[in-house]
Amino acid sequence: MDRLIEIVQQLVNGVSLGSIYALIALGYTMVYGVLRFINFAHGDIYMLGAYSGYLLAPFFSHFFKFGQFDTFTPQNTLFILSGAGLVMVFSMAICAVIGVLIERIAYRPLRQRPRLNVLITAIGVSLFLQNITQYRLGADPKAFPQLIPVHVVEGLGNLTILTSQLAIILATILLLIVLRLIVMRTKMGLAMRALSLNPTACSIMGVNNDVVISFTFALGSALAAAAGILVSMDSPSINPLMGNLPGIKAFVAAVLGGIGNIPGAALGGLIIGILETLVVAIGFPQWRDGIAFAVLIVILLFKPTGILGKVEREKV
Amino acid sequence: MSRALLVLVVALLVCLSVSLFGENFIASRFAYYYDILITIGVNVILATSLNLVNGYTGQFSLGHAGFMAVGAYASASWSNHLDPYVLGWIGGANNPFATNVAFLISMLIAGSLAAIAGFAVGVPSLRLKGDYLAIATLGFGEIIRVAILNTDFVGASRGLSVAGSYTNLFWTYGSVAVCVYVVLGLVHSTYGRGFLTVRDDEVAAEAMGINTTKYKVMAFVVASFFAGIAGALYAHFKAFLTPEGFNFFRSVDVVVFVILGGMGSTIGVIIAAVMLTILPEALRALAHTQFVPPAYQGLLENRLILYSLLLITLMLTRPQGLFGDPVALRKRFTRSRGN
Repeated sequence: MDRLIEIVQQLVNGVSLGSIYALIALGYTMVYGVLRFINFAHGDIYMLGAYSGYLLAPFFSHFFKFGQFDTFTPQNTLFILSGAGLVMVFSMAICAVIGVLIERIAYRPLRQRPRLNVLITAIGVSLFLQNITQYRLGADPKAFPQLIPVHVVEGLGNLTILTSQLAIILATILLLIVLRLIVMRTKMGLAMRALSLNPTACSIMGVNNDVVISFTFALGSALAAAAGILVSMDSPSINPLMGNLPGIKAFVAAVLGGIGNIPGAALGGLIIGILETLVVAIGFPQWRDGIAFAVLIVILLFKPTGILGKVEREKV
Repeated sequence: MSRALLVLVVALLVCLSVSLFGENFIASRFAYYYDILITIGVNVILATSLNLVNGYTGQFSLGHAGFMAVGAYASASWSNHLDPYVLGWIGGANNPFATNVAFLISMLIAGSLAAIAGFAVGVPSLRLKGDYLAIATLGFGEIIRVAILNTDFVGASRGLSVAGSYTNLFWTYGSVAVCVYVVLGLVHSTYGRGFLTVRDDEVAAEAMGINTTKYKVMAFVVASFFAGIAGALYAHFKAFLTPEGFNFFRSVDVVVFVILGGMGSTIGVIIAAVMLTILPEALRALAHTQFVPPAYQGLLENRLILYSLLLITLMLTRPQGLFGDPVALRKRFTRSRGN
C-alpha cells in the first residue's frame, strides 16, 4: 500500500512538472506548425511571463491581499483564485504582445530565408531577452510574490499534494481545453491548421498568413507566460536564466510528441515531466537535467517524427 | 616541402622564438594583456575548428563547448594523475624539456579523447539536419556537462584544480598554426570538395554517390579534436576547471565568432575571434571612463547583450558575416527550403 501511495505521489509530482513543460511545448509546436522553425526564444518568454507576474503583482496586491492568506478556506478560495487569475491573464497578455513583436521585428524579415538563418536569429533573441532582463532587473534571483497560499491539500491520507501543484494541474487542463476550442472551433484555428498543412494554398484561399502567424505567436507566448506564473507559484524564486532548461526540455517534449502536433506536445510534456520525477525518485537527482536530452537523442534516432507525428517527405 | 607546410614551420619557429625570448617579459610586465593573448589563441582554435563543421560542411553544431570540456578535463586528469610518472621517466619537473613533452602528451590525449567523443556524438546525430542537429548537439554538450557534474573523479561541482600551468605562447599559437594548417589543408583537398558539396546541396551530393555522412563525421571529429586541444590549453592556463565554464553560452560564443566572421571563411573567423575577444575587454575599459554615465556601465560590460544584437543585426542585414564569401554563400542564404 505504501508503495502504491509512493507511486501515485511521484506521478502527481511528475504530472505537475510535466504540465509546465506541456504548456511551453505547445508554443514550440504551434510555431513549428506554421513556420517550420524552432523558436529558440520561447523559453525566455516563459521567463518573461514569470517576471511580468513579479512586476504586476504589486499593483494588485493591495486589493487582493497577496500573501496575507495562510490557507484556502471555502470563503476565500474564489477571491484568491480571481486575484491570481487576473495577474496571470495580464502577464499572458503582455507576453503575447512581446511574442508578436519578436516575430514582427526579428523573424518576419527572414521568412523567405533558410531556416538556419532564422534559427541563429532566434538564438540571438533568446540571449538578448535573458541579458536585457539581467541588465534591467538584476542577475540575482527574485522572490516571486505569493499569489496563492501554498499548503498541503487536506483529506488525501498519506498523499502530499500542494495547493500549488493542484493549481498547476487544474490551470493546465483549463488552458488546454481553451486552446483546443480555439484551434478546432474558431476561424483563426482553422486558418492555423490550414497554414500548417500548406502555406501557399492557405493564402490562395484568402487567409492572411501574416495575421495567422502573429496570432500563433501570441497564443504560444501567452501559454508560456501562464507556465511561468504557475511554476513561480510552486517554486517562488525567479531569475533571468530560468527559461533556459525548461525551454529546451519543453522543446524535447514537443519533438517527443511529434513536432507540429498539438496533442503530441501536451503528451510529450507529461512524459518528460514524469520521467524526470522518476529519475529523481529512484535516486539520481543530479541526472534530472540529462534525462530530457537522452530522450531527445533516442527519439531522434529511432522515431524522429515523434509519437504522434506524421512522416514528412523532403522534396527536392 | 609545399609552401603551406613551409609557412607552418616558419609560424611555429616564430612562436617558439617569441615564447623563448618574450614570454617571461610579457607575462610579468603585461599580465593582463598576456591573459588576453592566450584567451585569443584558445578562441581562435575553437572558432577555426567549429568553422570546419558550421562553415565549410554546412552543419550547425551548438555543442562545441562540450568537446572543449572533454579535452580540458581529460588533459587536467592526465596531468594530475600521470604527470609524476611521465616526468619521472624523462627528466623531472624542473626540466623545461620534460614538462613541455609532458604537456604535449597531455594535449594529444585531450585532443584524442575529444575526437573520440566527437565520433560518438557525430555518428548518430549527423543523420539529422538543420535545427534538429543544432538541438541534438546542444543536448550532447549539456549531457557532457551533466556527466562531469556527476563524476566525483573530476571534482564534480566542486571544480578541479589542474597541476602544472604549462600553457604558454608557443603551445597556444603553435596549436593555432597547426589548427589553421589542418583546416585549410583539409578544405583545399579532395576532402574539402566533399565538405563543400555536402554544404551546397546534400541531396545532390548523395545522388552523385558521395557518402555525405562520412564527410560530416570527419569534419566533426577533426573539429572536436581541436576543441579538445583548446580545452587542454585552457585547463593548463586557468589551472582550475568548473563544469559551468563549459555551458551552453560558451558554445554560443564560438558560434558567434563563426557567424560574425562568415561561415566558411577561415581568415574571417580568425579576425572575428580576435575582435570579439578584445571587444568585451575594450568595452569594459570604456565603461569605466568618465565618458560613460554609471547607468550604462552594465550595458557595456555585458558582452552577451552585444553578441545577441550582433547576431540579430547580422542575420537581418548581412547573413554571410563580415568576411564571408558572398558568392559561395549566396545560394545557401537566398534559397528557401520547404514551404
